[in-house]
Amino acid sequence: MRLVCESVGHKYGALDVLDGIGLTVADGECLAVVGPSGCGKSTLLGIMGGLVEPTAGRVFVEGAAPAGSLNPITYVFQDFALLPWRSVASNVALALEHHPLDAQVLAARVDDALARTGLREFRDAFPKQLSGGMRQRVGIARALAVAPAVLLMDEPLSALDAQTRELLMEDFLALWLAARTTSVYVTHNLHEALRLADRICVLSRRPGRIKQIVGVGVPQADRALPAAARAMAELAEQLWHAVRAEAVDAEREVADG
Amino acid sequence: MADRRPVPFRGGGFSPIPVRHAAAIGFAVLLALWEFAVRHGLVSPLFLPAPTTVVAALGDLWTAGTLWQHVSESLVRLIGGWCLGTLAGLAAGLAMGVWSLGRAVGVPLVSALFPIPKISLLPLLILWLGIGEASKIATIALGVFFPTVIATYSAIDAVPRNLIRMAQSFGLPARDVLRKIVLPGALPGILAGFRISTSIALILLVSAEMIGAQYGIGAFVLQAGNLMLTDQLLAGVLLISLLGLAIGTGLTQLERRLLRWR
Repeated sequence: MRLVCESVGHKYGALDVLDGIGLTVADGECLAVVGPSGCGKSTLLGIMGGLVEPTAGRVFVEGAAPAGSLNPITYVFQDFALLPWRSVASNVALALEHHPLDAQVLAARVDDALARTGLREFRDAFPKQLSGGMRQRVGIARALAVAPAVLLMDEPLSALDAQTRELLMEDFLALWLAARTTSVYVTHNLHEALRLADRICVLSRRPGRIKQIVGVGVPQADRALPAAARAMAELAEQLWHAVRAEAVDAEREVADG
Repeated sequence: MADRRPVPFRGGGFSPIPVRHAAAIGFAVLLALWEFAVRHGLVSPLFLPAPTTVVAALGDLWTAGTLWQHVSESLVRLIGGWCLGTLAGLAAGLAMGVWSLGRAVGVPLVSALFPIPKISLLPLLILWLGIGEASKIATIALGVFFPTVIATYSAIDAVPRNLIRMAQSFGLPARDVLRKIVLPGALPGILAGFRISTSIALILLVSAEMIGAQYGIGAFVLQAGNLMLTDQLLAGVLLISLLGLAIGTGLTQLERRLLRWR
């Protein structure tokens, strides 16, 4: 499934947040969106996911969702958005319960999602008993359970510590490479973007406009190899250069305002 | 180095340290002082009977069988009034919590009516409903209604919007969002509201029974006062306290059971 943004803009009252975003996420592509704080990254993702109404432009999906996809456009949240009163398995099941599924099919889907995210032993635990990394695994399991056609991830690793982030990124990459679901990954962390994305879209400071779209030529599986080190470093440099200028201006703007 | 000094501890930020048995000892000392003062004639037993006398009076009432009559009448009013007020309050609070028009109409209305001391409406309610049980139950129900409404809609407000957005992002129908996200998320706040509403119900129960009832703990306390039977009077007060304590304990149990996830 492809996701197409046509001149999407957004204003919160008088505040211009996003302006003229035209973007196509190809089928099976992982697109990272990076940019300084407050540039409207999360708002853009919200618009793509139908959780924020754009004040200009429209978002379309093109192509059929794969068979068995229950929620074609699926979100993974920065703060995990787990229900504290439900167990891990029950949190995953929440995404399925309102679909007309047999109890066995539902249970099998939950089991499969838990197995893929390494949560099988934690199925009866409650969110408060889990570490941040485990909680986000539940968030990912819940998203996998509905077999999404487009996965929208809003800074999914930002609430985690550096080591957990690294571990989860590896696991996430393995999952993504196995399924190649069309994905949009919003982050302020260039390292994450460079590790996961096929293309990286740099947004300008507010109002967020597309400043640059960088294609990462190296396949994800090879990026950690020594042979790719040089190309990746150059890319990182180029990206940082693009983001830095915006971040500096954005920071000044916040301080002035 | 010659000039070596230990770094002194400068304080732990006034964090409270649990002291075992302090509460029980404090309680016992107070009761002992009270008993001592009465027995040694420092206080007239007519005005303040000793704790043992009060407990004995309660025992007498129990054996005489009048205790249960008063308590049962009070319980019927308390339970009836609280349940009515709570059901109506939950419904109104829910409407105000999830429905914009309900909120726009309801919030100013509740703010305007909440401060009215509900006991002042008892005479009016007696005119409307008669001197019987209905007016007392209605007074309690009214007193319970407003704090329940406020607790319910504030609790719904306190449900993280993000959880609701999450549910919507997975396509849960509105009914399910309400049933699976909003209501369980609001439950802690609603149960906290029960604590307030039960204590209000108890106050109104006693007041209403003092104004116009033949039986009931409030009526009993008032009659004992009129006859200067201070031991019985305090026995009644003790009974009301025990009732309040029992309700509080029951609510704690309910919270433990329903909010195990916290």
